[in-house]
Amino acid sequence: MKDDNVIEVKNITKKFKIYYDKGKMLKEKVLFWKRNKYDEHWVLNGISFEVKRGEAVGLIGHNGCGKSTTLKILTGIMYPDSGTIELKGRVSSLLELGAGFHPDMSGRENIYINASIFGLSRKEIDRRVDDIIEFSELGAYIDNPVRTYSSGMYMRLAFSVAINVDADILLVDEILAVGDVNFQAKCFNKLVDIKKKGTTIVIVSHSMGQIEEICDRSIWIHEGLIRTEGIPRKVHKEYLTYMGEIRKGKISVLNNIASTQESVDNEEETVQENKQADENMKDGNHRGTGEAKILCIETRNKRGEKVEVFSTDEPITFRVHYEVYEEVQNALFGLSIFRNDGIRCYGSNSRADGIPTFTLKNSGYFEIEFTNNQLLQGKYYVDVCIAVGIDDMVDYFDTVCNFEVYSLYEDIGTIRMEHKWRINVGE
Amino acid sequence: MKLIKELWNYREMIISLVKRDLKSRYKGSVLGFLWMFLNPLLQLCVYTAVFSVIMKSGIEKYYLFLFVALVPWIFFSMCLAGGTTVIFAQQDMVKKIYFPRQVLPISFATSQFVNMILSFIIIFIVVFFSGIGLHAKALIFLPLVMLIEYILALGVTFLTSALTVYFRDLEHILGIISMAWMYLTPILYDVTSVPEEFLPIFNLNPMTPIIVAYRDILYYGKAPQVNTLLNAFILGILVLGIGEVTFAILQRHFVEEL
Repeated sequence: MKDDNVIEVKNITKKFKIYYDKGKMLKEKVLFWKRNKYDEHWVLNGISFEVKRGEAVGLIGHNGCGKSTTLKILTGIMYPDSGTIELKGRVSSLLELGAGFHPDMSGRENIYINASIFGLSRKEIDRRVDDIIEFSELGAYIDNPVRTYSSGMYMRLAFSVAINVDADILLVDEILAVGDVNFQAKCFNKLVDIKKKGTTIVIVSHSMGQIEEICDRSIWIHEGLIRTEGIPRKVHKEYLTYMGEIRKGKISVLNNIASTQESVDNEEETVQENKQADENMKDGNHRGTGEAKILCIETRNKRGEKVEVFSTDEPITFRVHYEVYEEVQNALFGLSIFRNDGIRCYGSNSRADGIPTFTLKNSGYFEIEFTNNQLLQGKYYVDVCIAVGIDDMVDYFDTVCNFEVYSLYEDIGTIRMEHKWRINVGE
Repeated sequence: MKLIKELWNYREMIISLVKRDLKSRYKGSVLGFLWMFLNPLLQLCVYTAVFSVIMKSGIEKYYLFLFVALVPWIFFSMCLAGGTTVIFAQQDMVKKIYFPRQVLPISFATSQFVNMILSFIIIFIVVFFSGIGLHAKALIFLPLVMLIEYILALGVTFLTSALTVYFRDLEHILGIISMAWMYLTPILYDVTSVPEEFLPIFNLNPMTPIIVAYRDILYYGKAPQVNTLLNAFILGILVLGIGEVTFAILQRHFVEEL
């Protein structure tokens, strides 16, 4: 293994046997051995990757692509049919929370059982037990039997144990949905802390946002092979576009009927006007269910002129034109600003800002004005969306509308924060 | 070697599982832990009633003769038959978390072992008051015999727990095997009543020398013969070796088979 690597996976393959009619009984094995026919289903077809110490890697892919199997093999629960795996250091996995919990025993006793399953010795648990209890926010309940806990309390306790193991390598499978919103945020921050301490993390998740925030690299597994890997935002864009196409394929028949009818009626002059602007936009990608579509985005200054360069402090207005093919109920608009290195500087949506959702019937445009733009020098682009709820995208149009900001200030970073200095230099 | 080191790291898990098993076994019952002592004591009462009053055998203090062999046998047969459920009972854990799988059979066998040791408190009391008395010279061999039986029982637990994952019938087959095995082991009778020509076969039964040794120590009040101990030890290690190798191979596909 290379010196700075902690995980090396070389060409692993894994197949599952899918029995048509599985006989587990000896009698069946002997008498009906012919019936024990099975299909071989290859889940992994040769996956290789390396993870450096302190790196955080996200595994993404659609259901059944093999990402969870990969994680299980990394954990050591399963063995590959061929290929090798090497891991350096203590491994802890957040795959199953609360393993070994006994309902009749107190929370405290269960901490000891559960932590011991992660391979901690009694002394090590003694050292951590206060942290675990504090993190779980269970307070005085910790000495009550676990069967009296609510499911939220149960999961909080389980998560607290798992996260306090202090592993060198942490494997996480889609479990950051623990407890209420506050606790989720706390878990997430804890994960960020852990990463900062130098723990290597491998995450399997469907939440691209979470991976983008924590991981340095994303690996897209597709049909048992690595399709792409690289900077999360880039990989995710490819992945989401791909997924969007699949979905489009599935629902295109329905949409075609509706859209051809309506788009004829809705042909307006704004569309003509904006055709040119549309071409100006590079890189943009659409995904979503497609009842409405974002056509283009303009950036305007306070006099309403179209410009693409702004200074810090200068107001920016984004005008987003869209086309509606089919009525969209409970719609909301969203917009995020990214710096060109992929950092999300700001994002919001109309509902989050307290505007009730609305019904989209006709094509048109909306505007969002940043009256006091505090972005610092850099190149930026935006993602805009029309959505029904947060995850149900009608149209998500990303990486569009490049604009630049120059700053007369000398401060650095992404955004200017109002501040005051108080300096006390001793005489 | 690597396995032993890893198991050492997981010792706390073994201890926790044993504790959990012992604690939860009698949880909810009124007498709780007392059952650990009551159980063997009541058994003894039954044997005494049957064999001293109804079915008198030629062996002096037959209830004791039987009892000192039966308690170790119950430990062994629990491992033999109960071992089948070890992996199934914890399948959620096996499917989702990594730990050396050997931890499960080890903690199961250990928990049964602790149970047996507690039953021995009753044996000591009875032996003491029965007039046979406890002989220090003989008793120093007791831990050794127990250890050998533990090794054997552990090997058997490894075997049955791993095999049942693949052949579920084993659970039922083992019930019969366990019964036959009991009658083929000198528990109800003395090893001297076995016909000479069958003795070599009897001595291949790893439980024979162990039972003989227990009886020597507790019933006859004498140190067991070195031959007996050696025989038991070699067979025990052999079974443990076979059990562990089988387990190590079979456990690789536990998750898929469960």
